[in-house]
Amino acid sequence: MNIFKSSNNYLVHRFPQHEEDTPTLRVSNLGFQIGNIVALEGITFDVVASERMAVVGPNGAGKSTLFKIIAGVLKPTRGLVQIYGHEPKGHICIAYVPQRNQVDWSFPVNVSDVVMMGRVGKMGPFRWPSHKDWEIVHHALDLVEMKDYARRQINELSGGQQQRIFIAQSLAQEAELIMMDEPLTGLDLNTQQDIFRILDMLQEKKVTVMIAMHDLKLASERFNRVLLLNKHLIGVGLPQEVFVPENLSVAYGNHLRMITTKDGVLVFEDTCCEEGDHIHA
Amino acid sequence: MLNWLILPWHYAFMARALIGAILVGTLCAVVGTYVVLRGMAFFGDALAHAILPGVAIGYLVGGGARQPLFWWAMLAAIISALGIGAIGKTVKLREDTAIGIIFAGMFALGIALISTVENYTIDLSHFLFGDVLGISASDLVRIALFGGLIILLVIIFYKEFLVISFDPILATTLRMPVKGLDYLLMVLIAMTIVVSLQTVGIALMVAMLITPAATAYLLTRRLPIMMITASVIASVSGVIGLYLSYYINIASGAAIVLSATMIFLIVFIWKNLPKTLKKQSVSTVE
Repeated sequence: MNIFKSSNNYLVHRFPQHEEDTPTLRVSNLGFQIGNIVALEGITFDVVASERMAVVGPNGAGKSTLFKIIAGVLKPTRGLVQIYGHEPKGHICIAYVPQRNQVDWSFPVNVSDVVMMGRVGKMGPFRWPSHKDWEIVHHALDLVEMKDYARRQINELSGGQQQRIFIAQSLAQEAELIMMDEPLTGLDLNTQQDIFRILDMLQEKKVTVMIAMHDLKLASERFNRVLLLNKHLIGVGLPQEVFVPENLSVAYGNHLRMITTKDGVLVFEDTCCEEGDHIHA
Repeated sequence: MLNWLILPWHYAFMARALIGAILVGTLCAVVGTYVVLRGMAFFGDALAHAILPGVAIGYLVGGGARQPLFWWAMLAAIISALGIGAIGKTVKLREDTAIGIIFAGMFALGIALISTVENYTIDLSHFLFGDVLGISASDLVRIALFGGLIILLVIIFYKEFLVISFDPILATTLRMPVKGLDYLLMVLIAMTIVVSLQTVGIALMVAMLITPAATAYLLTRRLPIMMITASVIASVSGVIGLYLSYYINIASGAAIVLSATMIFLIVFIWKNLPKTLKKQSVSTVE
């Protein structure tokens, strides 16, 4: 896929080759437990290259935990995650974009500094950014339509712009699998459309994207497949197959109101989305 | 007026103190930038106190000589930094509680050790509050060497420290050795404290680490600029502090810290003033 030619890695020889004929991501019987509390159990699914998958579930369903395990930030207590046939440990092609409220926006860095951080893995130790690294950073900012903001301090950005510079960071990282934690939460409709335009661009570049979200309608309209999660995997597949009343009531329990009308089933979700289901590494 | 400004530096000990204050101020400001950005003020304060047993052993072993004092303090600082770093990750207690217990205990041990010497109070107060006017030429060489080494390491690992401070999860997905870098940064903070010990002492050390850096944080928007600004503020505080110390005869370490605090307050008020004024003008219009 690489939109940029790859260079040497942070510590050479640590990075597994990508095996041909393996899915981008394979999760097998994954479980995660903290003490006696089960956060995830028996999760099995595949994601293929350039797919866009929505990961949907109530707060505390384990969406962030799942992402962090796939990114290799948390170690699963059971099961296996494979990225192109190898465990995530070692891959620098996986990007995790945190929820916006998890980021210290008053940190003294500007937009291009944040995007350049994505290059650090490829640069390796004892090196300063080269001309090529800067070129890649500027190109990445161009792709997310943020070139004019390169020198802005990050706390001067709107929510949509904040989201886009993290996508640019993932591009600078040359990520092939990007996981975004509730990127659409708190954005207005127009800004969400801007983000989807950039997600379409990513898909053209064969980048695989998984997005944690709450909006069932957006999930069913704008994604190839959806994954419904509440500690267990409730369903994975096409939206119309997964978002059926039986599955939704298993996922949301009482937090979901379903009203049957003559056109089908109307679904209202009344969980709120500001508090993430975060387990810190 | 000119004479008034130059007069203090005719004394060799004042000139050495000036150089020492600027070197230490710059070093503490650069390293302190990370202390402020990573919210490690309590860690820095605890570390400064936790090295007292090391200082005490150096003092008892060397009979007051500087060299053994320095090396024992260095040993204690590095062990404490690694120990405190490990506590935060393993113990079931809240991290700050665990650190508080250890550092107060270590501090008490240090005082107990030093108190075995007769007439210990003067020396103890030097450790606690510094003795910048007693800096010798060889002290200056040591400060410059170790300070230079620490700043060199901060520059070499600039992008790594930046990433682990801004976004540790990103650092993990980039497969950087996050834990190792965390410990390296803690050891650099520990070394900074030991190198700076003679200027402001244990009790006021945290001020040198955080006050100039926090002031710079209010004024700047990029990390390298923040480091340079913090260094300038720290150096200016050192100079003003020494003047105060010379002319109104107050303890030099305290004078330096008070100067830094004054600069912080002025910047803080200046930064918040426009908003308040705006509010007032809006309300009068209404």
